[in-house]
Amino acid sequence: MQDEETIPQTTSTEEFILNVGPQHPSTHGVLRLKVTLDGETITHVEPVLGYIHRSIEKMCEKLSLRQFSYVTSKMDYLSSHMNNQACAMVVEQALQIEVPTRAQAIRILMCELTRIASHELWWGASGLDLGAVSPFFYAFREREMITDIFEETCGTRLTMNYMVPGGVMADIHPTFVAKVKEFIRLFKLRFHEYDELLTGNTILINRLKGVGVLTKEDAISWGCTGPVARASGVSCDIRKWYPYDGYEKLDFKEILDSEGDCMARYRVRMEEMKQSAHIIDQLIDNIPEGDFQAKTKNVLKAPKGDYYTRVETARGEFGIYMVSDGSQTPYRLKFRSPGFSNLSALPHIAVGAKMGDLMAIMAMFDLVIPDIDR
Amino acid sequence: MQPLTNRSKPVQTREMTFLEKLYLPAIWTGMVITLKHFFMRKATVRYPEVKREFSATFRGKHVLKRDDQGAERCTACGLCAVACPAEAITMVAAERKPGEEKLYKEEKYAAVYDINMLRCIFCGFCEEACPKEAIFLTPETIPSMYERSDFIYHKDRLVESMDKRIDISKRQEKKLAVNN
Ligand code: SF4
Ligand code: SF4
Repeated sequence: MQDEETIPQTTSTEEFILNVGPQHPSTHGVLRLKVTLDGETITHVEPVLGYIHRSIEKMCEKLSLRQFSYVTSKMDYLSSHMNNQACAMVVEQALQIEVPTRAQAIRILMCELTRIASHELWWGASGLDLGAVSPFFYAFREREMITDIFEETCGTRLTMNYMVPGGVMADIHPTFVAKVKEFIRLFKLRFHEYDELLTGNTILINRLKGVGVLTKEDAISWGCTGPVARASGVSCDIRKWYPYDGYEKLDFKEILDSEGDCMARYRVRMEEMKQSAHIIDQLIDNIPEGDFQAKTKNVLKAPKGDYYTRVETARGEFGIYMVSDGSQTPYRLKFRSPGFSNLSALPHIAVGAKMGDLMAIMAMFDLVIPDIDR
Repeated sequence: MQPLTNRSKPVQTREMTFLEKLYLPAIWTGMVITLKHFFMRKATVRYPEVKREFSATFRGKHVLKRDDQGAERCTACGLCAVACPAEAITMVAAERKPGEEKLYKEEKYAAVYDINMLRCIFCGFCEEACPKEAIFLTPETIPSMYERSDFIYHKDRLVESMDKRIDISKRQEKKLAVNN
């Protein structure tokens, strides 16, 4: 009788702290998550940042208005065109430079190609995170075509530095139009493979459906933007709300979903790829003739004041707040990066999920760590 | 999860049928697609045997051009060093002496011209800034080396040699619109 009393009647669990990262394949970079577990259930998540902080904002204060966009390609390296575009736009806003229509069309084409390339990589990599290997190869097959196109026109494959204040750095390559058309044709032909491999796959649906639900109110309060917020039903597409560089003339849809779970985020990104292809379809035959760059002074000096521009990158709203004191260099720059705000919602929605779900949630957030840390 | 508000909408999940729970059809469809790719054209390049060339517009290793007579074009004006966002270029200017007309195109020339390839971000701004069409980027990559000092390219590795001239005619025209 004595023995039976000392044995506890119920099994209790103990808190357990697990470090995910900084070198973890599914964090896609050097993000460290301090996860507190109760058994298999997550009770607390604390993202630890700073492993890849390069103080880009401070660095930019020393660089001239032409130069500072060159470092921003290294922030969200999958949307480097959009980052450069935002930099170019903030200078254009300050100096009131009119961008030629040809440059605008080229910019939109490049941005939409980047969006497709970025979502392709997300699709492949998140398949990898969830245990499917072959999507990665199929995604890279198409993405490779886009980087080839970029290589010919922009000169590099990842960190473009192609958009400069006043337009774009160089005119499009003579083969650009034909290559983009060929890519879009193949992309539409092969898109069904993506759907068959992952979208309709019961294994994937089981991993994603109902996991990591972010409500509309929460998405707004955490400042989420991009596909993460749109999957929760927040209409926040900068291309629709604050059209720039001629997006207002184009016909495309803002993809919204209401469920806010991981599957909704997946669906939004898949549909966005199709919309981007649709935008390219409209523009590729109608690139206006003219200059690819406006005439600008060699030395740019922004008038005293503060300026804000925003663009829609593949991950959400990317904003630049620039304070100028009238000199050649910006007095202060602040980047509002989409990844940082999106990540701040992660600890909130991961609570109560299982450890395996955390990988799914992170995969569907599409985090790019250099964008978060800067 | 505790939402900030109580207005969250639960996600409708349907209970899966037995067949779906087996995951066999899902695995089968995936396998069929991968199998099909056995018979398709390969997307990959068989690398060590076949090399994929960079396009002529690729921004890689720099070259300092000579003109057709073999004289160096660079006049050490320093505009490329000013334009460089990474501060990778250093140079020392020197006066041309009589009798060196064959070597240097103009009166001033760069006695020392170094590019630190560890700093360079290959943005191509030096190419755009140069008024004498002296510096160009080529579709060549920088090989890896053992010493950091090996990455500082001096003139011996930057200036093109006359018997192996580098064709830059296919590079894109960049300075159409910049005026002073
Ligand atoms: S390519 Fe850019 S970073 Fe490299 S030396 Fe030229 S200006 Fe400097
Ligand atoms: S390379 Fe061109 S820009 Fe640079 S110092 Fe020589 S002439 Fe001037």
